[in-house]
Amino acid sequence: MANKIRVATTSLAGCFGCHMSFLDLDERLLQLAELVEFDRSPITDIEHCTNCDIGLIEGGVCNSENVHTLREFRKNCKILVAVGACAINGGLPAMRNFIPLEECLNEAYMDGIGVENPQIPSDIELPLLLDKVRPIHEVVKIDYYLPGCPPSADVFWKFLTDLLEGREPELDYELVHYD
Amino acid sequence: MSKTITIDGKAIPFEDGQTIMEAATAADVYIPHLCHHPEFTPHGSCKLCTVKVNGRNCSACTFPAAEGQDVLNNTQELIDDRKKITQMLFVEGNHFCPSCEKSGNCQLQAVAYHLNMLDNHFPLFYPKREMDASHPDVLIDHNRCIFCALCVRASQQHDGKDVFAISGRGINKHLIFNAESGQLKDTDLDVNDKAAHICPTGAILIKRTGYQVPIGQRIYDHHEIDEISLATEHPHGE
Repeated sequence: MANKIRVATTSLAGCFGCHMSFLDLDERLLQLAELVEFDRSPITDIEHCTNCDIGLIEGGVCNSENVHTLREFRKNCKILVAVGACAINGGLPAMRNFIPLEECLNEAYMDGIGVENPQIPSDIELPLLLDKVRPIHEVVKIDYYLPGCPPSADVFWKFLTDLLEGREPELDYELVHYD
Repeated sequence: MSKTITIDGKAIPFEDGQTIMEAATAADVYIPHLCHHPEFTPHGSCKLCTVKVNGRNCSACTFPAAEGQDVLNNTQELIDDRKKITQMLFVEGNHFCPSCEKSGNCQLQAVAYHLNMLDNHFPLFYPKREMDASHPDVLIDHNRCIFCALCVRASQQHDGKDVFAISGRGINKHLIFNAESGQLKDTDLDVNDKAAHICPTGAILIKRTGYQVPIGQRIYDHHEIDEISLATEHPHGE
């Protein structure tokens, strides 16, 4: 057990679609489980990562908590991987970048159709929103990128087996999609 | 005996007046490109077709072939340069492929796939750009325009109109329409114009035709752009 590769995963400003795609590895997950163990991840519910080999980051950076999480991953993971369109270019959440933040909040919580008891959420527990959603390579150094919305299970499999078997990860033409 | 240049060490015949791109295409040698189209005057703006001619970088689409040229095309250095150029094109606009109807049929995306571009490398600009949905049959999404000017040239040189032009500089550069109102609906663009169908990205879309071919079954989902490009742009291929 001590020799297993330690993997952590998280979703920042993402939809968990990349995690769902990862689970599409299906029975290959059993093969993977013999080689890796999961540290911080929605799969384990471990809250903080410690000394991991590989960190898989889904989603871009939209709030202060995302920044802290991303930095924790960078600090604790030897290899940090941007997984999916949102981690790579901000993706769908970044489409708010063209609308001032105040207008976004007003539309969602004050003026929007069907809003009752209008108020901007301001609980101290809520992380502050960033002015713009950013891709994660603008915040920390990223070692590898897995494009796709989401990347297919085959992409995860090719990437992880390449790494686990000591090869430089490569994605062939059929595995590279941005959609 | 015909005149020749060499591309990556291989002798390529050419005729006087041909560009390096034209000679290469005729000889089934693919040089990546976006703003080049064999039917229209070369524009030389996207710089993806940068090749090294006798030690100097040149745009293959505008540079005339000449006896004695030693052209490098598929070197790692040029491939890396082209990848950087493509990344710059991506970060300069707003290219959200998952929400774009052109995904899978997009030449910008296909060139990026061909170059195995996995990330954007540069910080993203997220420039604020508009859409023009005023025309009954054609939609313009400025977010995806790469200023290749193919629509400009197709309108002038094929359709006999003058619907499009490029205006402004740097990050403020944008496509404009030939109408006092500035709106596409007030131009004489017709849905059957070549200019409406020439866009290499998803900046010009035909309304009510979206997603007729599902994602995953589109041109570049399973075929690389070098193969498609040579099959469609080869002078004897049509």
